[in-house]
Amino acid sequence: MSTAAPPVEAVAAVERRSWLALLRATGAAGVASAVAIAIAAFVAAFGPLLAPDSPYLGQLSSSYVGPTGGHLLGFDGQGRDLLSRLLGGARTSLVGPLTVVVICILAGTVLAVSAAWKRGTYDAFVSSGLDVLFAFPGILLAILAAAVFGAGLVAASLALAVAYTPYVARVLRGAALRERSQQYVAALEVQGASAFSICLRHLIPNMLPLIVAQATILFGYAMVDLAAISFLGLGVQPPNPDWGVMIAENQSGVVQGYPLAALAAGICIVIVVVAFNILGERLYDQAQAERR
Amino acid sequence: MTEPILQVDGLRKEFGELIAVDDVTVRVREGGSLAIVGESGSGKTTVAKMIVGLEVPTAGSIRACGSDRSTPARSTAERRRRGREVQIVFQDPYTSLDPRQTVERALDEVLRLHQGWDAPRRRSRVLELGELVGLDARQIRALPRALSGGQRQRVAIARALAAEPRVLILDESVAALDVSIQAQVLNLLADIRDETGISYVLISHDLAVVRQLTEETIVMWRGRVVERGPTAQVLDDPQDDYTKRLRASVPRPGWKPTRRALAGVGEEMDP
Amino acid sequence: MSEGPASAALLEVEDLVVDLPVEGEMRRVLHEVSLSIRAGEAVGLVGESGSGKSMTARAIDRLLPPGAAVGGAIRFDGGNVTALSGAQLRRFRGEVAMIFQDPRAHINPVRRIGDYMTEALRTNRDVPNAEAEDRAVDLLESVGIEDGGRRLRQYPHELSGGLLQRVMIATALLTQPRLLLADEPTTAVDVTTQAEVMAILDDLRREFRLAMLFITHNLELAAAVCDRTAVMYAGQVVEVRASSLLHDDPLHPYTAALAAARPDISATKDRLASIPGRPLSAFEAPSDACAFAPRCTHVRDACRQQRPPLIELDRGLTRCLRADELRGHMGPETA
Repeated sequence: MSTAAPPVEAVAAVERRSWLALLRATGAAGVASAVAIAIAAFVAAFGPLLAPDSPYLGQLSSSYVGPTGGHLLGFDGQGRDLLSRLLGGARTSLVGPLTVVVICILAGTVLAVSAAWKRGTYDAFVSSGLDVLFAFPGILLAILAAAVFGAGLVAASLALAVAYTPYVARVLRGAALRERSQQYVAALEVQGASAFSICLRHLIPNMLPLIVAQATILFGYAMVDLAAISFLGLGVQPPNPDWGVMIAENQSGVVQGYPLAALAAGICIVIVVVAFNILGERLYDQAQAERR
Repeated sequence: MTEPILQVDGLRKEFGELIAVDDVTVRVREGGSLAIVGESGSGKTTVAKMIVGLEVPTAGSIRACGSDRSTPARSTAERRRRGREVQIVFQDPYTSLDPRQTVERALDEVLRLHQGWDAPRRRSRVLELGELVGLDARQIRALPRALSGGQRQRVAIARALAAEPRVLILDESVAALDVSIQAQVLNLLADIRDETGISYVLISHDLAVVRQLTEETIVMWRGRVVERGPTAQVLDDPQDDYTKRLRASVPRPGWKPTRRALAGVGEEMDP
Repeated sequence: MSEGPASAALLEVEDLVVDLPVEGEMRRVLHEVSLSIRAGEAVGLVGESGSGKSMTARAIDRLLPPGAAVGGAIRFDGGNVTALSGAQLRRFRGEVAMIFQDPRAHINPVRRIGDYMTEALRTNRDVPNAEAEDRAVDLLESVGIEDGGRRLRQYPHELSGGLLQRVMIATALLTQPRLLLADEPTTAVDVTTQAEVMAILDDLRREFRLAMLFITHNLELAAAVCDRTAVMYAGQVVEVRASSLLHDDPLHPYTAALAAARPDISATKDRLASIPGRPLSAFEAPSDACAFAPRCTHVRDACRQQRPPLIELDRGLTRCLRADELRGHMGPETA
């Protein structure tokens, strides 16, 4: 029978890789980054409980005193335990960017996929709208938001989300258009699958590596921008511990020869941002390599 | 006289100024097989896309399995219903399957679209479909990247058949396959026709494949039908100049290709 | 025809072995490939996916990917090709030209046609621009493109695939090569355009006394336009035969099976004689058995005990141990 299963076929029964295996495949740098992020997330969740001292109460007499017994990193300009403030600040420093990323990714994905699917006038309309938004730099919008709604993390985060969405949407739209032109999408259309289910079950999962990569890179940018906004006094307000705020507060220490306080907060920001960038890039590369 | 399973009348498609399909009329009888022969720019793929609903005709009518499908489906339910009448297998085995979906899940998804069966029943039907196209259980569980081009085309055929269509359009479905694999798939298609009584519409530029699989042929050139008739007759005794030229272009022992003037019949239009 | 008068082979490939780095390890993609081409002769190279036909052409033209290890000998006009470098290599490339399947992938889209065509002449042969362009226009006419002056100023995207293929052929001939390597030049074009391109190649070969290695998966095409045809399977040459004898008197079961698997334009067969399994890739070929054995209907125990050597038979070459006894009924048996 000519349709008999060919004898020479050796089929590698390839199951979809679990996320853990994918992570391991990103190499040492990728795994280290993931660990760093996990630690940061843990601290963000339980920071206040972990802090040995209160992040808010301090004695001015201890201002900028270096590490001593019981105070691993010493004190900040207001005499507060530096380590406790760092641990307490993790929460706002991470939640802000997280909010931005979640909103951008959701809005960007919906806009990109719907524009790529419908094409035509809808696509032109959405693209033009996004082009207008491109004109507004994030920090400018944040300043505007602060002027209108008052300074604070929420206003700043929302402003940044609005400013970043066009970037995400543009990148994702390109990928969505590519996926949409694949023949399996046409095959599903002919089968009568609904546009919604094709987008949800096929288009978006195939764009997932790119979405995740965008999210991680975006997190880095948002974190830096929000820290800058808080530094300027328009984001998280003192005396809340927030790494951006801490840099602002402890500037004077740098000039006086006590850089540890400001530096420690800056280093925390850098570690988290770099970790996200590395992980995002590696995950994307790995997912692309496995695709075909 | 029983109604043809597929009936196309005066079909026309314009893309702005370009007339891609011009006044195409075709009949396919139930259980029969029709070839649409043409080269690039002939409009043959556009005709196929209009029949399955991926393009909207500018004018003309299409009837399949007794119901009209000249205008776009008004609901998803209607599109699904049409999917149970006419299905299509495309040319490129490498983009015709979702790379993240195992064969099993891809077939299951289609079954869930068209049937209200429970999981065990779907699963056994998936295995049946696999057997029908010559894929074993291990290949059914595989991801597309573990399969060869020929195997992927078998999956595409199985997926189309999962909807149990009465008409299957094969849009250059064997063109991208090696000769030995092409032979296997052509035999498979003949077996399926014997077993299920399905009707084929084969879009192809390969006249030998057309001869092997079809009984009727129409030849398209620049959007119009220039010749039609039983396949053997069109290939052995072509009447139209273009068909003659096409036939003469097929390599065979003792073949001596001859040159024509640049802007000749069938030559791609240069902008 | 392996003997000939004093016209020694223009190109001689002897026991060519190529290994490529794949995912960290070296994989063999060509196993002792041997063939020869005389001046003015057209030799076809036929095979399915993974047969190594494209790789052979690339090895000849020194276009292998970095990290490739090459063994065996490639001689052009008596000289060793694998040892060439620098100016000598550029001169060699002027004598051996290559054309590819997809012209758009090989022509820079942001430069004009004229720039593309005259580049080799200007940089390698120091030909002044005006003269190079004149020659280009002449050759464009030979490939059937009139109004060459205007074409030279156009960009690739303004031309159709068929026209670009002609431009690529004309460009290959500008340096007056003696050997043309054609890697599936007509696979991506319509069959009528293919006939046109083959006619052009035929004319040009005769006009310039050009030898050609014509690579294709289409056995009928190779047999129709080439004097001799070589068939490759799993990175090895399995048969070399005069084209006129290839169909009726093949020397290897794979050739016969390939021909039998093809549908016939003049008759419908009930079922095609399909070869079970799938074509083997070069790196899957066993070193101690015939690569085709698992799929061959004429296989015997001896076939699985050693890799058959390429032997001469009736003015051709074959890698089948049983070629002599199977002659006349090489076709697949329905056993």
